[in-house]
Amino acid sequence: MAKVTIDGRVIEVPDGITILQAARMIGPEVAPPTMCYHSKLKTSGGYCRTCLVEVTKSSEKDPRPMPKLVASCRTDVMDGMEVGNLSSPKVIEARKSVVEFLLLNHPLDCPICDQAGECHLQDLSYEHGSSKTRTDFERRTFEKISIGEKIQLHMTRCILCYRCVKVAEQITDGRVHGVINRGDHSEISTYIEQAIDNDFSGNMIDVCPVGALTDKTFRFKSRVWFTKPVLAHRNCEKCSGNVNLWFKGDEVLRVTGRKDQWGEVEEFICNTCRYDKKATSDWTVEGPSPVNRHSVISANHYEVFTKPTEFKLNDVKPLSIQEGDKS
Amino acid sequence: MGKKILLAHDHVPGIQGYEVYRQNGGYASVEKAVKSMSAEALVEEVKKSGLRGRGGAGFPTGNKWNFLAKPEGVARYLVCNADESEPGTFKDRYLMSRIPHILVEGMITSSFALGVNTAYIYIRGEYYYIVSILEKAIEEAYANGWLGKNILGSGYNLDLYLHVGAGAYICGEETALLESLEGKRGNPRIKPPFPAIAGLYGCPTVVNNVETLAAVPFIVNNGGEAYAQIGIGKSAGTKLISASGHINKPGVYEIEMGITVEDFIYSDEYCGGILNGKKLKAVVAGGSSVPILPADKILTTPSGEKRLMSYESLADGGFASGTMLGSGGFIVMDETTSIVENLFTFARFYHHESCGQCSPCREGTAWMEKILHKMIDGHGTIEDVDLLWEIQAKIEGNTICPLGDAAAWPVASAIRHFRSEFEEYVRNPNSIKVVRHYDSTQNLVNA
Ligand SMILES: Cc1cc2nc3c(=O)[nH]c(=O)nc-3n(C[C@H](O)[C@H](O)[C@H](O)COP(=O)(O)O)c2cc1C
Ligand code: SF4
Ligand code: SF4
Ligand code: FES
Repeated sequence: MAKVTIDGRVIEVPDGITILQAARMIGPEVAPPTMCYHSKLKTSGGYCRTCLVEVTKSSEKDPRPMPKLVASCRTDVMDGMEVGNLSSPKVIEARKSVVEFLLLNHPLDCPICDQAGECHLQDLSYEHGSSKTRTDFERRTFEKISIGEKIQLHMTRCILCYRCVKVAEQITDGRVHGVINRGDHSEISTYIEQAIDNDFSGNMIDVCPVGALTDKTFRFKSRVWFTKPVLAHRNCEKCSGNVNLWFKGDEVLRVTGRKDQWGEVEEFICNTCRYDKKATSDWTVEGPSPVNRHSVISANHYEVFTKPTEFKLNDVKPLSIQEGDKS
Repeated sequence: MGKKILLAHDHVPGIQGYEVYRQNGGYASVEKAVKSMSAEALVEEVKKSGLRGRGGAGFPTGNKWNFLAKPEGVARYLVCNADESEPGTFKDRYLMSRIPHILVEGMITSSFALGVNTAYIYIRGEYYYIVSILEKAIEEAYANGWLGKNILGSGYNLDLYLHVGAGAYICGEETALLESLEGKRGNPRIKPPFPAIAGLYGCPTVVNNVETLAAVPFIVNNGGEAYAQIGIGKSAGTKLISASGHINKPGVYEIEMGITVEDFIYSDEYCGGILNGKKLKAVVAGGSSVPILPADKILTTPSGEKRLMSYESLADGGFASGTMLGSGGFIVMDETTSIVENLFTFARFYHHESCGQCSPCREGTAWMEKILHKMIDGHGTIEDVDLLWEIQAKIEGNTICPLGDAAAWPVASAIRHFRSEFEEYVRNPNSIKVVRHYDSTQNLVNA
């Protein structure tokens, strides 16, 4: 066990976990924001630098401070470590710069972006950024491209967090998705717009913190805050079948993986669940998804929730399960 | 004349070939090492020598070798960093093309000391003509029994491979180099783990610069003490300096550490003074990433003594008034040089070479270049100078690898020491002599 102090709050945590994980165990008040780390993706994190923290005491054994700010998502805790997050002026300053850097090339057109309302960059800049931009240089722009039939990539919005690359590497087999070019010319790409032919490729959409990867079957059907997320499951052979259904009225507009408190996908879902099961009768509805009270999505969430009409809880087994039983 | 170790036989005709190299004492260190020394004793000699890494950071080589993890049954690797891409640095190129066998010999002796059976030279793609020189040297070493199985009947096996990079500065950063060597995109790894624990293919690995490894034969032949005697204090031995810019005799010089900077610039043995009798304005002493210093500060330390060519003396004064020995890329600028335009060239380089993994470096290097470009175009403002300063401060220390720092330091030092010139520059756009712009292929052209 290691005793760690973050912003003056003390916690005992198991050895070998990161500062970020320890901070999350204490709670959202001291957890640094993250854009590239994703708990379900190995080797993720370290890229965006939004989670930088100041280590004012390295450990009980070696009480010296660390010379530079460190990425909390990639730095392990040590017994006796003392960390400054929001209590460190250096961290606040560095985080503000990172937001500024991330927005340099990011279009500021949230009103026409499909991700608005569930975009981590929007939240990050609102919470840690500055209200005005100091650059009038042209932003880099790209044509939209299709990654297969269902996914659209708009590099113009990409912040190069590498999460989708890790999905391609770790969830899907065969590496057909990666980064080409260097520096701020870097591009997420597949080999010649090749479809990522894999049952789990759709998870790239869910891990994308911004509006760079979007679900073509949902694009521009509705602003997310006009839809209601509902927890549902079905018996699926390929994945856990645990999803979020996004309803508008009685219609399922979108199916996504469930996300935890930190906006990270809990379990990856298969493309069949995501794209092909858009009838309410395909699913067993569990109830409204927990939504952070501060999220814009919650604005529409807690009005009187009416269950979709054609579906009754405790009714016959959904169709998909019966099919599953046969095979 | 200072002591020569690496270039001692540079002027011997035919030294590039095996026969002449051997006749001049070549491969003696391999013989001595495998026949009469233990690996531990060799590492001890290198520690005693005080040799420090010549790739830029100056980390003590003996310590680095000591840190190499030695788990049972796991391969270890030695990788020579011949990616030399730091602007102003061309010493490895000189050494490898003139005396290729000194590197091969150094690698064999070092591999034996580290218990390595497979070693690599990672050479930058642009050095294609050196590839054939090194290939020939490696072939000759195999043919004469210095490489391969059972070297000199000792039972020690070593294979040495040459790997050609594809032209990215970032592949000189040791972990990006290892990724590239593994056939992946050359992105620096997030550390820890360090290569000494998990390097090439996840195995313990030592990465050393060409010049570092080439110094090993002398140390083994003459003992660590003998090497430590050369040079000054903690800057032991000799250093190759690639001198360029406004000097009468640009080129690669082997200096004994501790000569004065003044001597190096003005004496006939080295740079031979400033071109056309002009005045010295500034020096970048250790490759483009180290802080630029104005004439008075590069010639004397803050305490008023003559500055020496050594790690310590060049760093004297910290970043406020000192710099670094770095890779030994010594760039001299005379009074006609525009610091702003020179900085633009450097900023453009770092923007071009950032791998793009981390936001501060990816976005910050591009931003700095754009602002400097704007200045060069005559549209700069005083606020831009402050903004440049702020951007570099936001990059420094906040990135995955030191390229971010390398991009920040030239900007910081240029503004720190030449702020008035920047202000002058943006106030009088009409006095800008060189008008530059990008052509359609993004190449810089002089109009
Ligand atoms: C961006 C960057 C580029 C580098 N390029 C080189 C290089 O071209 N050659 C080199 O020897 N070291 C280079 N280095 C330093 C290496 O990472 C490493 O420290 C060095 O090869 C270690 O060898 P040494 O201990 O013998 O100096 C570079 C470092 C960085 C951060
Ligand atoms: S497309 Fe999205 S997930 Fe992929 S690197 Fe860009 S921002 Fe990250
Ligand atoms: S500092 Fe620059 S070069 Fe180094 S990892 Fe980050 S983006 Fe790449
Ligand atoms: S979340 Fe830690 S660096 Fe991106």
